[in-house]
Amino acid sequence: MSLYDKIFPPRITTLPNGKSVAKQRSRAPVVILVILALSYVSVKVTGFDLSVVVRRSKEFFVIFARMVPPEWGYMSRVWKPLMDTIKMSLLGSAVGALLAVPFATLASTNIVKNKVLVAAMRLFFSLVRTLPTLVTALIATYIFGLGTLAGTIAIAVFTFAYLGKVLYEEIETVDMGAFEAMESMGATKARAFIFAILPQVAPSYFSNCLFCFEGNVRYAAILGYVGAGGIGLILNEKIGWREYPSVGIILLALFVTVFIIETISREIRRHLT
Amino acid sequence: MKDSISVMYEKRPRTWVTQAFLLVLALVLLLWSGLSIESSGSGTGGGKIALNILSGLAHPDTGLLFNFTKQGVAYLLLETVCIAFLGTVVGAVLAIPLAFLSASNLMPKPIAFIARIFIMAVRTVPTFVYGLVFVRMVAPGPFAGLLTMSLSSIGMVSKMYIEAIEDLDAGVLESLTAAGCNTLQKIRYGVLPQLMPGFASTAIYRFDMNLRDATVLGLVGAGGIGAPLIFAMNAYRWNEAGSILWGLIILVLLIEFLSTRIRVKLARG
Repeated sequence: MSLYDKIFPPRITTLPNGKSVAKQRSRAPVVILVILALSYVSVKVTGFDLSVVVRRSKEFFVIFARMVPPEWGYMSRVWKPLMDTIKMSLLGSAVGALLAVPFATLASTNIVKNKVLVAAMRLFFSLVRTLPTLVTALIATYIFGLGTLAGTIAIAVFTFAYLGKVLYEEIETVDMGAFEAMESMGATKARAFIFAILPQVAPSYFSNCLFCFEGNVRYAAILGYVGAGGIGLILNEKIGWREYPSVGIILLALFVTVFIIETISREIRRHLT
Repeated sequence: MKDSISVMYEKRPRTWVTQAFLLVLALVLLLWSGLSIESSGSGTGGGKIALNILSGLAHPDTGLLFNFTKQGVAYLLLETVCIAFLGTVVGAVLAIPLAFLSASNLMPKPIAFIARIFIMAVRTVPTFVYGLVFVRMVAPGPFAGLLTMSLSSIGMVSKMYIEAIEDLDAGVLESLTAAGCNTLQKIRYGVLPQLMPGFASTAIYRFDMNLRDATVLGLVGAGGIGAPLIFAMNAYRWNEAGSILWGLIILVLLIEFLSTRIRVKLARG
């Protein structure tokens, strides 16, 4: 019985057969109050002002309206950065996903019995995951210079951290029966892992890889902003020069690419699971 | 006995052709993308910079970290949390009608399809483009960041909402109809209890993500902790960047811990 139930005692209903049932009071009022209070603080801190939004909402559409019609002639110059973006995401996702497998294995409690190692691995994953991708990309451009290499590395780091967490949670919920059976038949731990655990996690692992790749294509667009290559580079440039029709064609190309990739990946993922 | 085992073994699925094909396909794709990776090369030696970054992270500027004025890390973090929080709330509310419009079990196919395309289009535009537009619409500052956050939340949030709506158990609604409930009662006792946990959990998850992505806002001057962080990094002031990063890391870990606990509670009812 929690404190809340002591302050607001549950409602007791007596049934016709003499038994009584207690129904806990709803938590909704407290939740709503907390959300309202936090919203109030946020409004104060951020200077939220609805009247400005209403008054200036036209400005929002002005820029988007200038993107129509898009500058079709610019498309010939969009292809290369667009392909760069896809290549960056593809290679980055693959490298990150492959690296995640051994580390995630070391972070799952049912495979590794050493608690210290598991905790250290998990802390490592958490720390890498909290690093904003933008910061990783910036650091990568300092270390490896401007260009797609930096973007690929930033994507690989992000994918590694995200997939690693998903994968170790996946490995922990696996059916250990097959693993134990193989071990008792005399297989080594590594062999048992490869033949008993991997087939169980493989479908969802590949599915998550594809999902990550989808997101990375979208995310790679931002990386160009810090000079890490790809479509963000020309996007940033064209916005800077206020050539909105060119921005329009870049966004359209990005939209079509993401749409195609999402459709293909959704089909594959449906087959996988 | 032994025979039946070997018979089954002979009949095992032979998928090596497809597997080999997929492997070759993956390798070709990776080679294609790997061969065109380019880099301008680092001028001053990447190793030295990496060491500087690490030493900055190891010796953060504690004066900045424990400075509680408006320039200190604490206030910047508070501003970031506020942007992410209100942005998530606004985005999560805006996503509700969109999600209902594109749920294929409630709406006719064409409307659902158009709404889905619209959501995808909103999702494709990179965050910093929205940021630039909003900075021009309202002045640079946290307010523009808030609007950016809410617009860029809509895509993913409504995608998850749609899944929750499409998973609605129609049996509950039918039994409520059979018991003589009117539409409002059906929504209150049949629809809301089914949707609320999923919706709340999605919103909390998105809050987590928004907090992480809030650094992007700094690029375009839309408030939050991103701008000071990027300035510090561009000026190679790694101690300053280190103190901001440590603050951010601790905050994100804390929020993630809380949000996971709340979401586990929501999932178990």
